[in-house]
Amino acid sequence: MASSLPQGEQALDQSVKPKQPSKIAEFFSNLSRSWTGMLGFSIIILLVLLSIFGPWITPYDPEHAEFGKKLLPPMTDGHLLGTDQLGRDIFSRIIMGARVSVIIGVATVCIAGLIGTIVGIIAGYFRGWIDIVLMRIVDVQLSFPFILLVLVINAIIGTGLRNIIISLAIGGWVIFARVIRSEVLALREKEFITSCIATGVSRLEILVKHIVPNLFTPMIILASLQIGTYIIAEASISFLGFGVQPPTPAWGNMLNEGKDYIFSSWWLITFPGIAIVLTALGVNLFGDWLRDTLDPELKGE
Amino acid sequence: MVEEALLQVKHLKKYYEIPQGLFKKDIIVRAVDDVSFTVNRGETFALVGESGCGKSTTGKTILRLTDPTEGQVIFNGTDVAGLEYNEMRSLRKQLQMVFQDPYASLNPKKTIKQILMEPLRVHNQFDEKDRLQKIKDMLEIVGLSKDYLDRYPHEFSGGQRQRIGIARAVILQPDFIVADEPVSALDVSVQSQVINLMLDLQKEFGLTYLFISHDLSVIEHMTDRVAVMYLGKIVEVADTETLFKDPKHPYTQALISAVPISHPAENKERVILKGDVPSPANPPSGCAFHTRCPFAMDICRQVAPETKTFSDGHTASCHLYTKSEEEQKYVTSDSK
Repeated sequence: MASSLPQGEQALDQSVKPKQPSKIAEFFSNLSRSWTGMLGFSIIILLVLLSIFGPWITPYDPEHAEFGKKLLPPMTDGHLLGTDQLGRDIFSRIIMGARVSVIIGVATVCIAGLIGTIVGIIAGYFRGWIDIVLMRIVDVQLSFPFILLVLVINAIIGTGLRNIIISLAIGGWVIFARVIRSEVLALREKEFITSCIATGVSRLEILVKHIVPNLFTPMIILASLQIGTYIIAEASISFLGFGVQPPTPAWGNMLNEGKDYIFSSWWLITFPGIAIVLTALGVNLFGDWLRDTLDPELKGE
Repeated sequence: MVEEALLQVKHLKKYYEIPQGLFKKDIIVRAVDDVSFTVNRGETFALVGESGCGKSTTGKTILRLTDPTEGQVIFNGTDVAGLEYNEMRSLRKQLQMVFQDPYASLNPKKTIKQILMEPLRVHNQFDEKDRLQKIKDMLEIVGLSKDYLDRYPHEFSGGQRQRIGIARAVILQPDFIVADEPVSALDVSVQSQVINLMLDLQKEFGLTYLFISHDLSVIEHMTDRVAVMYLGKIVEVADTETLFKDPKHPYTQALISAVPISHPAENKERVILKGDVPSPANPPSGCAFHTRCPFAMDICRQVAPETKTFSDGHTASCHLYTKSEEEQKYVTSDSK
C-alpha cells in the first residue's frame, strides 16, 4: 500500500534535513544574530559569575569599615570606585551586592513561579468555581500596587534576605497565575488536546503530558522578564529602609546610605545606581530576545 | 451486501447557550437540531453542508468530544451519549477521529513515535516491545518512512501530517472513524492521495467512515451514502449515486449544481442561492431553507416539512413533495 505514496512526495521526503542541530548550538547561533540579546546575555553571565566568585574577586572586605579612608573619590589609594561614608570599598560592596540581587531575583522567581503556575494550571484546566475563586483573589491582589504590597508584607513579617524573598514572592505570584491560566485556557481548546481526548487519554495524563510541556516556553519567558522586576523591587525596598539591612551590602541600601552625600560625594550613589540599571537592562534585553525567539507570535506585546 | 447498523444517531441535539449578561435571556444556538441517521458497517457515510451547518458538531458529539444536549448515539448497541468520561475512554478504541487541520491536531512538542505510541499505551495494546514494530508497520502502511520516527510534526508537510493523523486513528484498528473534513486543509494534488489512502485502509481493515465534508466532488468519489445538512437539520439522505442523479431537495439541487463542471462545453443549469445562511441562533420559521429557496411557498414559512421517503433509503424534507404532483409541477414551472 506504500504505492499510494506518489513519486513527488517521496522525493521531497529525502530532501528534508537528516538531523537538526543540537539545542545548545541552535541557542547560540540564534543569540549571535541579535546584539541586544547578546548584550543581555553577557550582562547576566557577568552577574552570575560575580555572585558566585564574589568573595574571591573583591579587593577589600566589603563590610570592613576604615574611618581614616572614608569618602575617598574613585581611583584613589587602590579603591577603584572610591569608599563610602564608613570607609568601605564601594567596588567590593557592589560585587557582593550582585550576589544579593541574583539570589533574590532567582529565588523569588522560583517561588512565585511555582505557586503562580500551579494556581494558573488548576484555574485554567478545571475551570468552574475554583477558577472563579482563584481569579478573584488574583484580581484583588492585582488591584494593589506591587511595590506597596511588598512593602506592607515586608513591614509585617520583618526585614532580612529571607523575608524580602517571601514578600516579593507573595506579591509576584499573581502575574504567573494570570499568564499561565490564559495559556492553559488556550491550550485546552487546541485541536491536539481534542485529539488526545478522542484517543482516550485520561484527563490527568492530558494535563501532565500534553498541557504542562507546552507551558515551559511562556514560563521561561515570563520568568526571565520578572527577574528584572524583582531585582528593581528589592532595590527600591532596600532603599526605603526595609528589605536587606546594613551592613549586608545590597544595591538598594547602598543607595539609601549614599543619598545624604549626593552633592558632596557623587560616587556613593552613582555606581550602585549604574549596577541596578545595567542589571535591569540586561535581564530585560535577554528576556525580550528570548520571547521573540521562542514565541514569535507574542512579538511586540 | 448485508446491511448491519453500526451506528445509529437518534434525535441528536446540540444547543449552545450564549450568555447575554445578567438580565437578558441567553441566546440558544441550535448547532445540531434533531438529527437522526444510521451508518451501516463497512460503508462510508457522508455529511455534507455549508460551513456552520452543524456537520462538524455532529461528528464531535458522536465521539463525545462535546456533550450532546439531547438524543442518543447508539454504537454497537451501547448508548454513547450517556457514558461517563472514563467509560467512554475504553470505548474510544473502536471510535476514532481524523481531524480537519493536520497543523493543529498534532502536539508540536511530541515526536511521531510518541504521537503514535500514545493510543497503544493508553489502550494497553500489544507488549511494549511489539509496539515499536507496530508503529513502524503503520507508518509504512500510510506511506511514510520509518526514519521519521524521531521527528517532530513541524518537519512535515500538510499531506504527511495528515497521514500521521490517519495512522494515529487507524493504529488501534477501530471499527468506526469520524473524518472531519480530512482533506479540506490540503492542496488539491495531495487531497486525492490522502483520499485514496483512506479508501485503501478501509478495504484493508474493514473500516466504517463518517465522512464530513463540504466538497461534493470528494463525496461523489469516495462515499456510499450522503446526508445533506442545512442549519443543524438533515434535509436529504440518499445513496451517493441517487443523490447526484436525482436530488430532491432544492438545497441539494443547488449544492450539486455548484460543483464545477469538467468541460466548458458541458451545459449545466446553475441554481444560484440568494442571500446568506441564516444564523442558527435565530433560524427561520417553518422550513429553515425557505429564505433562500427558489421554490418557497406560503406553507414553507409556517410549517416545518415532514420527511418524505422516495425510493429505498432516499428521504427528503420538503413541502414540494408533500403536495400533489399537479401542484408541484405548477410551482416548479412558475418559479422558473
